[in-house]
Amino acid sequence: MDSFLADAREFVPILLQGVWLTILITVGSLVVSTALGLVWAMMRVSGVRALSFFAATFINVIRGIPIIVQLFYIYFVLPDFGLSLSAVQAGVLGLGLAYSAYQAENFRAAIEAIDKGQVEAARTIGMGWGLTMRRVLLPQAFRTALPPFGNVMIMMLKDSSQASTITVAELALQGKLIASATFKNTSVFTLVALMYLTLSLPLILIVRHFEKRAGRR
Amino acid sequence: MIELDDVRKSFGALPVLKGITARVEKGEVVCVIGPSGSGKSTVLRCINGLESYDSGTIRVNGRRVDRSDRSIRAVRVQVSMVFQRFNLFPHRTALENVIEGPIYVKGEDRKEATERGRALLARVGLAGKETAHPPQLSGGQQQRVAIARALAMRPRVLLFDEPTSALDPERVAEVLRVMRALAEEGRTMLVVTHEMAFARDVAHRVVFLHEGRIEEDGPPEQVFSAPRSDRFRQFLARGE
Repeated sequence: MDSFLADAREFVPILLQGVWLTILITVGSLVVSTALGLVWAMMRVSGVRALSFFAATFINVIRGIPIIVQLFYIYFVLPDFGLSLSAVQAGVLGLGLAYSAYQAENFRAAIEAIDKGQVEAARTIGMGWGLTMRRVLLPQAFRTALPPFGNVMIMMLKDSSQASTITVAELALQGKLIASATFKNTSVFTLVALMYLTLSLPLILIVRHFEKRAGRR
Repeated sequence: MIELDDVRKSFGALPVLKGITARVEKGEVVCVIGPSGSGKSTVLRCINGLESYDSGTIRVNGRRVDRSDRSIRAVRVQVSMVFQRFNLFPHRTALENVIEGPIYVKGEDRKEATERGRALLARVGLAGKETAHPPQLSGGQQQRVAIARALAMRPRVLLFDEPTSALDPERVAEVLRVMRALAEEGRTMLVVTHEMAFARDVAHRVVFLHEGRIEEDGPPEQVFSAPRSDRFRQFLARGE
């Protein structure tokens, strides 16, 4: 135990640098995936065939390819086509794209769960598509979508470790580097696990709060 | 105000409207009655473009109703609708439901719209309920909020699609009372209903629809006391 505490004192500052990158990747890709997910979901429910088809195809392609392969593609293949991104940018973009597919399906389900009478009521007071979406459907859909959205946040936090495969020195990679340099596997990976858990806990509490609120309706 | 000329519509192979020709004049209250499946709600929904129709013409204030055209929004602003299931926006308060259209569709000043919204809620007997959300209100109260929401658009015509059919019996009267008051102030109303007493007392004209056709059209005293069609006689006998 004493040696663990000594190790902790030594390694935590280094690991915290990784934590910073983990948070950066998670928040960045959360923003990207939410925005893109909303776009795909809107296209899916737009009623315009071409848009819906395009979004559905994109979603299925993304869902059918492992995140790690998507990251490799963005980081190692895109430069061949003249688009070079930094490792962090590629990580944010890759995880953002990958998760946008799940977010889209979540948002779409929430929108489609709303009673058809809502759209009719909006139409009868003269609202067009955009206004109906913004004032009537999305505010209601967000409430339904919140609990699964919280779960996506937790999954994204953990999946941000996949960015280590394209050299982003986030928490997991930082841990691996220290462990292989010091051979103190137990201390290092216990610390890494504890740090992920510490980051997840607030998210888990938020999800629980969302679910309670949703259950009350 | 509303003109229907040989309006026909099918759902797939099933014809629901088989040539409806009718007029609603300004200030007239017309009740549409008929068995379920007779097409009465469909007529209403065609008038404000919630449904398309296959042939014939519908005009509101001289403007052709075409669901696929942008002009439909202008029609809808003039023609407010009250639904069987209220369809209030559950995430907004009673007052917000009422002022939503005036502010976001018509671009009215928020302060004025709010003032009018409060007055409208008071008119339907819901002063003090401004901040209640729809789930906190009874069915009758929700329907009265829906009527206030419809009125807030300053419509030229009010459409009611079985406004009391989803209500508990003891809540029906409070909604009918509000509708009666609206009729008395000379509003143009087209009401699909099963409330025969309302049709008899309030309507200027009663239209009986059966299997997509108008079987009877006339003032209530004439239609109810001397019905011309056998089907209407049967319908009345079964209902009362």
